[in-house]
Amino acid sequence: MGPLVILVARRIALGLLLLLAVSVLIFIGTQILPGDVAQSILGQSATPTALANLRRDLGLDDPAWLRYFRWLFGVLTGDLGQSLANGQDIATEIGHRLGNTLFLAFWAAVVAVPLAILLGLVAVRFRNRWPDKLISGVTLASISLPEFFIGYVLIFLFGVKLQLFPSVATVHDGMSLLEKLNAIALPVAVLTLVVLAHMMRMTRAAILNVMQSAYIETAELKGLSAFKVIFRHAFPNAISPIVNVVMINLAYLVVGVVVVEVIFVYPGMGQYLVDHVAKRDVPVVQATGLIFAAVYIVLNLVADVVAIVSNPRLRHPK
Amino acid sequence: MRIPVSALVGLVLTGGFFLMAVFAPWVAPYGMAEIVGDVWEPASAEHWLGTDNIGRDLLSRIIFGGRTTIVIASLATMLSFSLGAILGFSAAVAGGWVDQAMSRLNDLIMSIPTLIFALVVLSVMPVTLPVLILVMGLLDSTRVFRLSRAVAVDINVMDFVEAARLRGEGRLWIIFREILPNALSPLVAEMGLRFIFAVLFLSTLSFLGLGVQPPASDWGGMVKENKDGIVFGIGAALWPAAAISALAISVNLVADWVLNRTSDLKGGRGG
Repeated sequence: MGPLVILVARRIALGLLLLLAVSVLIFIGTQILPGDVAQSILGQSATPTALANLRRDLGLDDPAWLRYFRWLFGVLTGDLGQSLANGQDIATEIGHRLGNTLFLAFWAAVVAVPLAILLGLVAVRFRNRWPDKLISGVTLASISLPEFFIGYVLIFLFGVKLQLFPSVATVHDGMSLLEKLNAIALPVAVLTLVVLAHMMRMTRAAILNVMQSAYIETAELKGLSAFKVIFRHAFPNAISPIVNVVMINLAYLVVGVVVVEVIFVYPGMGQYLVDHVAKRDVPVVQATGLIFAAVYIVLNLVADVVAIVSNPRLRHPK
Repeated sequence: MRIPVSALVGLVLTGGFFLMAVFAPWVAPYGMAEIVGDVWEPASAEHWLGTDNIGRDLLSRIIFGGRTTIVIASLATMLSFSLGAILGFSAAVAGGWVDQAMSRLNDLIMSIPTLIFALVVLSVMPVTLPVLILVMGLLDSTRVFRLSRAVAVDINVMDFVEAARLRGEGRLWIIFREILPNALSPLVAEMGLRFIFAVLFLSTLSFLGLGVQPPASDWGGMVKENKDGIVFGIGAALWPAAAISALAISVNLVADWVLNRTSDLKGGRGG
């Protein structure tokens, strides 16, 4: 077990280092322009004295590295500062919205992951025949379609014409789970369609890779049915690459949520981020940007750890 | 050389879109910002796709919007390519700690989702066309860097590069005269994919209100302008969104074909 633990620990340490570096990068990203926060609060007509006073109050006169460490320390202790636009505490606002965003991403994952794996298996079973070709065609289309096209087509068809689901996904605490699920049906469908294709294709590739092994041939020669060969013999050995792909797509899901939330006016983190970018509300943008990046990095980290742990060659090194 | 049907369709459509972008003022039946009717008129003989949210001809807007989308996406792709390829080749040729430092920095930037990073930067930068092109090009050049470095590392150890080194050629000669011509075919295939990414990325930014600013408009911006009609059953926003999808699919079909062709020529000169 020794080398495995070391490998995993090293990967996690690298991930933490990466998170730190990303926080620096996000901080630098908002410091590119000489124009500053004080100017954007007071507007162009502000007097120089008023600007100087506000700069001093906000601590903007301090060098950039000092402001960075102050911000980082705040983030680590759960203090994300106040929004410039409305003076609200960012941490409280985010706490509420992060839950909503994860709720949406979670249900999208619950639908998309099993569906993608199942369709991947079907594509392998009928490889190079019409179900496989249909699936590759849909894949090509789905990487070319912007989220908002899928989103508005679904709203137009199921929300407006057929009136099956609400076209605006409003959720609040007073709703039961079933009501909430009904409200997020369309956004979940969009997110599912966006990540489905890639996961399906990679599942197909992973299983096809395993299908070339000698033991698969043995299983086929024994006279097992095609589905049994795939399910019992190929699939278990393809789990590790599949889990990897699933995690990478979940990471993408958390980012894809930004656009989907705007389409469906869903009260989540993405909507919050986009609104405040337009308002040039730097503290909010820094905080939400960091959280999005962190979730993305952590999910990628989990993917790597799973790949390490599930690889028998690393578990029993020579 | 036989061209498969799918690639042919892709080529014709892509060519059509580019021609439309070039000749927009001659093709479009009405002006870009010309108000010619009521709000959201249905399709008719005068207005093939109806009118938009303030009564402009939707088809004309789509033709002019396509020009904006295609021009900005092309410029961003060119920027990301020249920057990413030159830096990628340099890293591969330089090797050692220079290569390590550049590659790790690249990994770092790639570890932040592109959209999130762009939003962070756009929260402090003024949203103008040069800034948009710069942000899109710079962020996307990380992908080109990774590919061109990988390709160049393989070429860098070949005998003809070694020969050039021994006869005392400088780094610039090696990058532009030895590596670039041999790395061109995988990069060209990638260019199509990067262009699609630029189109989708620009459309997304404009859709979020952080891309092309009104009254000028690209396809993503037009979706934003007309999206409020959707809940009343008015499909005006679907047309520009469909145009984005059609452009992306046709370029994809061409890129797929180029990619298949170049990967068939394993070890060849990649003509």
